[in-house]
Amino acid sequence: MSGTSMTTRAWLLMLPLLAVMIAVIGWPLIDTIHLSFTDAKLVGTAGNFVGIDNYVKTITGSNFQRTLVTTAKFAIISVFAEMVLGVLAALLLNQEFRGRTMLRGLMILPWALPTVVNATLWRLIYNPEYGALNAALTQIGLLDAYRSWLGEPGTALASLIIADCWKNFPLVALIALAALQAVPRDIQAASLVDGAGPFARFRFVTLPYLAGPLMVALVLRTIEAFKVFDIIWVMTRGGPANSTRTLSILVYQEAFSFQRAGSGASLALIVTLLVAVLAAAYAALVRKTAGSNT
Amino acid sequence: MERKSPLFSIFIHACALLLAVVILAPLVWLFVMSISPAADLTAKPLSWWPQTVDFSRYAVLLSSVENSAGAAFVASLINSIVVAGVATLAALALAIPAAWAVSRTPSVGWSLYMVIATYMLPPVALAVPLYFGLSHLGLLNNVFGLALVYLTILAPFTTWLMKSGFDSIPREIEAAAMIDGAGLFATWRIITLPLAAPVMATSALFAFLLAWDEFFYALLFTSDLRAKTLTVAIADLAGGRVSDYGLIATAGVLAALPPVVIGLVMQRALISGLTSGGVKG
Repeated sequence: MSGTSMTTRAWLLMLPLLAVMIAVIGWPLIDTIHLSFTDAKLVGTAGNFVGIDNYVKTITGSNFQRTLVTTAKFAIISVFAEMVLGVLAALLLNQEFRGRTMLRGLMILPWALPTVVNATLWRLIYNPEYGALNAALTQIGLLDAYRSWLGEPGTALASLIIADCWKNFPLVALIALAALQAVPRDIQAASLVDGAGPFARFRFVTLPYLAGPLMVALVLRTIEAFKVFDIIWVMTRGGPANSTRTLSILVYQEAFSFQRAGSGASLALIVTLLVAVLAAAYAALVRKTAGSNT
Repeated sequence: MERKSPLFSIFIHACALLLAVVILAPLVWLFVMSISPAADLTAKPLSWWPQTVDFSRYAVLLSSVENSAGAAFVASLINSIVVAGVATLAALALAIPAAWAVSRTPSVGWSLYMVIATYMLPPVALAVPLYFGLSHLGLLNNVFGLALVYLTILAPFTTWLMKSGFDSIPREIEAAAMIDGAGLFATWRIITLPLAAPVMATSALFAFLLAWDEFFYALLFTSDLRAKTLTVAIADLAGGRVSDYGLIATAGVLAALPPVVIGLVMQRALISGLTSGGVKG
């Protein structure tokens, strides 16, 4: 078959997917861009063109700035903790011990648990009156009186981050473990013979194999953490006193609770832009890491 | 190959035990809550194991007595199965031809990368127009409307997985069939799809789990038993005025059961699917 007819056939085969993607992603995205320049409400008549008013109001508003900081805190701390815990767990699972296969199997459980069930579970654990965390800490004497972990601005975000980490670090561990098992045995043996200590071996033998897969995990987890909605909505709805309100929650409130579709759209696009910039920066970093290995 | 001091071995076993407890404790507690009598769960000091084991909440939630908590739960369970099932089948039907085309004709690959790049889009960037669109079509609070919206997540993902699956099938085998006179669709039926069956199964499972897990769109686009999915039903329970925490826990256990069973049974396939993207970079 000639090159042109191959290409024509390929396009025909892709047509259904591309048509659906344009209908459910392309067109809505363009419509969101259009809406962001209007004062449209969720219900009622189409809005009037207001230029860049929505963007100016959003970016200069204190709500947006505070929410951006909260989102960054959530994303940076939880992803960093997940990476560190994930690599440590992978190094452990790469050792020989009894029950290793079983423990590896258990690691899939938090990942498989639906996000909403995870959020509900931790909400019950943190319950201010009857929660297991309060009971456990009081019974071993670490806590005098029950606390409202999700109800106090000082502890709510940290409590959310712990719940998010518990669900997500096992996935990082499984990815890191697969990478560890790709490290050739003879290189490990050679470095041992050459007298390299444990840290030198980790830095120069193991880490180069881990770097690529971990970078990819880091990118995906950061993008997801930046978009976070489910776990926060179920556990705190952005409260108390908006201390756990992330960007996606803010967009939801603006567009659907307050029904300001236009300004919600502008906010959503700012979030999209931030995620895109993050992803582009990471992509460059991944290419650099991959390049340094070969 | 490495010398193993007994101290090191003890350290490794202690760490492994700690990791097992960290992973298991919350899950076991969810199950214990679901089988503890309500009084045990609000006792102080909290007793960690129920006096009498009580499985009645499972019967309550899975009963179909009209207007009961069970009827609402069963309706949302069925909605979740229908939405996830329809969305998964539709995503595969769209993904297979497209993924094959990109795998065999790399010059059109850029369009696939555009589709995959939409993964970055936060759902909030599409939510308002999708809401208007569904409302215009009369598909708000409708399982098929929700399944259509789920294609925004499932279709790019399954296409990406299927493409890497087709990449590993040598095109010479297909070429041989075509020289023998088989057309494109016959070649697929006889050669390509049977060889790609494991990847198709993995993609389908991933897609199903993604749809089962989805919450944001379901929260926005469904409002009652006709379309509400399990995730929304559980969030309602958790945020509502249910006084029996055990009932919330039971709903959680039931919603977690299908993905957890799939996860455990399909472990090997899932992990290789999860990591292949990572290892290939």
